[in-house]
Amino acid sequence: MAGLAAAFGSGAMTNTIGDLEEADVILATGTNTTENHPVLSSFLKRAVKFNDAKIIVIDPRQIKLTDYADKWLRQNLGTDVAWINGLMHVIIKEDLHDKTFVENRTKGFEEVKKIVEKFTPEYVEEITGIPAQDLIDAARMYANAKAGCIVYCMGITQHVTGTDNVKSLANLAMLCGNMGIPGGGVNPLRGQNNVQGACDMGGLPNVYTGYQPVTNDDIRKKFEAKWGVSDLSPDVGLTVTAMVPMAHEGKVKAIYVIGENPLVSDPDLNHAKACFSHLDFLVVQDIFMTETAKIADVVLPSSCFAEKDGTFSNTERRVQRIRKAVNPPGKAKDDWKIICEISTKMGYSMAYESPEAIFREIADVTPSYAGLDYNRIDDIGLHWPCPTPDHPGTPILHTEQFPCGKGNFHDIDYIPPAEKTDEEYPMYLTTGRVIYHYHTGTMTRKSEGLNERSPESFVEISQNDASKYNVEDGSNVKVASRRGEITAKLKVSKIAVDGTVFIPFHFAEAAANTLTNAALDPVSKIPEYKVCAVTLSPAA
Amino acid sequence: MDAENIININGNKISFEKDETILEVAKRNSIDIPVLCHLKGATTTGSCQVCVVEIDGSSDLVTSCSTKAEKGMNIKTESPKVVESRYNTIQKFLSSGNHNCAISRSDGSDWTSFQMNVQKDDQSKELCPVWGDCELQDLAYRYQVTANPLKHVPSELPMETANPFIVRDFSRCILCGKCVRACREIQVNDAIEFDNPESPTKIIASSDDKVLKDSDCVFCGECIQVCPVGALVEKDVRYKIRPRDTEKVRTTCSYCGVGCQMHLHVKDDKIVKVTGVEGAPPNYGSLCVKGRFGYNFIDSPERLTTPLIKENGEFREATWEEAFTHVADNFNRIKKDHGSDSIGVLTSARVSNEENYLANKFTRAVLKTNNIDHCARL
Ligand code: SF4
Ligand code: SF4
Repeated sequence: MAGLAAAFGSGAMTNTIGDLEEADVILATGTNTTENHPVLSSFLKRAVKFNDAKIIVIDPRQIKLTDYADKWLRQNLGTDVAWINGLMHVIIKEDLHDKTFVENRTKGFEEVKKIVEKFTPEYVEEITGIPAQDLIDAARMYANAKAGCIVYCMGITQHVTGTDNVKSLANLAMLCGNMGIPGGGVNPLRGQNNVQGACDMGGLPNVYTGYQPVTNDDIRKKFEAKWGVSDLSPDVGLTVTAMVPMAHEGKVKAIYVIGENPLVSDPDLNHAKACFSHLDFLVVQDIFMTETAKIADVVLPSSCFAEKDGTFSNTERRVQRIRKAVNPPGKAKDDWKIICEISTKMGYSMAYESPEAIFREIADVTPSYAGLDYNRIDDIGLHWPCPTPDHPGTPILHTEQFPCGKGNFHDIDYIPPAEKTDEEYPMYLTTGRVIYHYHTGTMTRKSEGLNERSPESFVEISQNDASKYNVEDGSNVKVASRRGEITAKLKVSKIAVDGTVFIPFHFAEAAANTLTNAALDPVSKIPEYKVCAVTLSPAA
Repeated sequence: MDAENIININGNKISFEKDETILEVAKRNSIDIPVLCHLKGATTTGSCQVCVVEIDGSSDLVTSCSTKAEKGMNIKTESPKVVESRYNTIQKFLSSGNHNCAISRSDGSDWTSFQMNVQKDDQSKELCPVWGDCELQDLAYRYQVTANPLKHVPSELPMETANPFIVRDFSRCILCGKCVRACREIQVNDAIEFDNPESPTKIIASSDDKVLKDSDCVFCGECIQVCPVGALVEKDVRYKIRPRDTEKVRTTCSYCGVGCQMHLHVKDDKIVKVTGVEGAPPNYGSLCVKGRFGYNFIDSPERLTTPLIKENGEFREATWEEAFTHVADNFNRIKKDHGSDSIGVLTSARVSNEENYLANKFTRAVLKTNNIDHCARL
C-alpha cells in the first residue's frame, strides 16, 4: 500500500464497501472480484443492474465482471501505467478534469501534466493494445461521472511497477476530484481477511501500530516508555522478500513464522526453499503441517479464528470482533498466548488476562484506534481512524484534507515488465485465485465440498493457443519458466487471452510460484507474480 | 409530524412516510403481519398472499407488502376475513408435496400412508429436515391449520442431491420465489429462475433446467438462507442437525478481506453450519461458498495438536514447556551470537489484531529488531 500512502498519506480503502453502490462509474482493474471477493462483487453487480452505474473493466482476462461492464479494455500484461497515463492525457486534453479540486487539494499537477503529454491514445494503443477510441471513451466516462470510484487488487500491485501503478490510479482519482466523496475514492481490495489488521498492528518493518514510523525519535521514545524497554531499533527492518534471500547469505539466522506458508506463496519457490533450509533455526506456528512447517525445527500448534476472541480489520478499515465458538484441538493454543510465553521465557514478561486487555493497550499506543473498545465495536464494528471514545469512526477518508495535507501527484513514466517473452519462452504467465479456494489452500483444501468443485490445479489458455501449441483440453501439460517447471491439467477457456497462461496459486503440488519471478517492486517489495515468460508443451 | 400522513392499523393511529408500504409501516411499529415471500432489498411480488390485510371500504383483501399506505386508511391485520384467507393459503401450501411436520389430520390411516411415502422420498425416518425452523410450520401453528388430505397434491419432482453443498427438495417448495430473487437481485449470480414466470411449477437452474452444479450457480447459499421452508437445505445439515440443539456464535469470516459477519452454529463443540448475519454490514446476510461451506478445516483430523521438536531430522512430540524453553533458548543464543537483526518474524493476515500487535511488540521490544513483515505483499 506504499503507493497510496505516498499519494494521500494513508494507505487503505478510502471508501466503504456499501459505498460502492453509490458510484455512478466504477473503474475496476486487476481485480477478479467475483472469484476473490464474491460478496463485494455483488455490490458492484447490483450497482450496474439496479442503480444504472457503469463499470469499466480493465483486465486482460475475460473475467465474469466483464459481463456487467459497459467498457472492457484488454491491456497487455504489465502495461498499466501506460493506459492510466493515457486516460489522464485524454481527460486533460478535453478539459474534463476537476480544476477546483486540483487547485485546492493537491500539489504536483504540472509535472503530471507534462509526463502524460506523450501518452496519446495512439501511443498507448501501441504499448497496451487498447484501441485508441476505447481509451478515449473510457476516459470520458470516468471523468464525467458525478462519483467515480476505482477498485483494484493484486492484479495492479503484484508487479515490478506495482507502486507506480497505484500512484497512477491515485493521480487519476485526484485529477477528477473523485476523493472524499460518497461513491468515489481509490479502493484496494484486501485478499486475506486480516491483511489490513496485520498492517495496522505494525506487522511491517518500517512502522509501529497505526503506521507510526520506527525512524521517528519521538515515536520510538513513546514506545520505549509504554513497553518499558530501552534502545528500540531506529533502523527500518527487512521485508519478507528481503529476509528470505538474506537467509541464504547467512545474514538472517532464525525466522519465526506465525500462520503463514511462504513455501507456497513465495515467488520463485525453488529459491525460497533453498533459502529457508539455510536457516539455523526456523519456528513455525500454524494450525496445519504446512509445506513451511515441514522444514521447521519447532512447530507450535495454534488455534484458528473460531477458537478465540479478538478482532479483525476488514478491507474497508472496519474493526470487527471474532468470538470463540469451539475449543482448539488437543494442546493447540491461541497465538497470543504462545507469543506471551516465549517472550516471558526470554526474559521479557508478557501477560494479559484476555485479548480485550491487549486491545486496550493497542488503543493506548495507536492514535487511529484510540477511540475503539470492545463495547463500541460489539455490534457492527467501527471504521478507523477513530481517535476518541466519542468519535463516530471514519467511513470515508480524506473528505476535508489528506493526512499529508495536500494530495501528492506523482509524475510516472511507463516501464515495461521485468521479464519479456522470447523464442524459448514465448508466452506470458499470470497467477491468481479461484472462488473455491483461498490463498495457499491450507484451509479450503481440507473441505471435501470445495475440493470436489475445484480438485486440482489447472493451466488456462485460449483456444487459439491450444491449437498453436498442439495441446488438448484436459490433457496434462508442462509449463516451464527460467526458474522451474510444473505439470498440470490444461483448461481451454474463453476467459483466457491469446499469448497468456493463467495458473491459480492454491495448489502446493503444482505450485505456480515455482515459475514466477522474484524481481521486486523497488518500494513495496512486492514480487512480479503477474507477469513472467513461460513455455508450454504436452507432458510426457 | 405531518398530520396528514396517518393511517389506522388495528385501532392504532400511526404516521407513515411517502412510498412506505403497509407492511413496512406495520414492521416499523412492531405490528406483526406474517409473510413468506417478502425479501428485503429485492422486488416485491406479493405472490404468497399470506400478508393480506383488510382495508375498510374495499371489498377485496390486499397484500400489505405491495400496497402503499395512504392517508386515512383503516386497516385490520387479523380480521376474521383475513384469518380465513390466511388459513386457506397456508392449507394450500401444506397440502402440496411432502410437508410432513407434526400437523395432525382427521384421518389417521391416510396420515400414515402419507408419512410412509414421504419417508421413502426423504430416505429418512425422521420428520421434515427443517422441523422447528420453518416459517410455514410456524404459521400453521399460529393459525391452527391442518393439511387437507382430500386436496393433497403429491410432488412428482425428484430431489436434487448431485452437488456437495445444497439439497433441492422440490416436494417442499412453495414457489414463493425468494431464492430466485436472492440469486438474481441480491447476489446477482443469475443462476436460477421460474420455469414459467406466469404460472410457475418449478425453480430451474439455467433456462434449460440443469442441475445446479452444471449451471451458473457458485454455491453462495444465499438461496438456502432465504428459503422459508425445507426446500433448500445444506447437505451436511440435513437430518443431522436440528436448530434447537445448536448454539449460535457471531463472528467475522476468516477468508477474504470483506470481513463478512457470520453465525457459527455449534453443536457438541463442533461447527455444524454457518449463516450470514442479516441486516448487519458489511455483508447484510450474504456469504460466499468459502464463508458458508468452508468450515470443515476447523475440526480436520490433520490439525496440529501438540508442539513438535525436530531431532535428527524427525519430529517428536514435546510438551509446551519444552517447546517454549527450546524456542526461547535458541532465540536468545542467536540474538547473542549474531545480533538482533539476524532474526526475523513473519506475522500473518490470518491471526487477530491482538496477535499481530503482540508479534510486533515481541519483535521490537524483545528481539530488538524491526525485521517483521507479513505475506500480504504476496
Ligand atoms: S447457491 Fe447462490 S448462486 Fe447458487 S442458486 Fe443459490 S443463490 Fe444462486
Ligand atoms: S464469506 Fe466470502 S466474501 Fe465474505 S468474507 Fe468470507 S470469503 Fe470474503
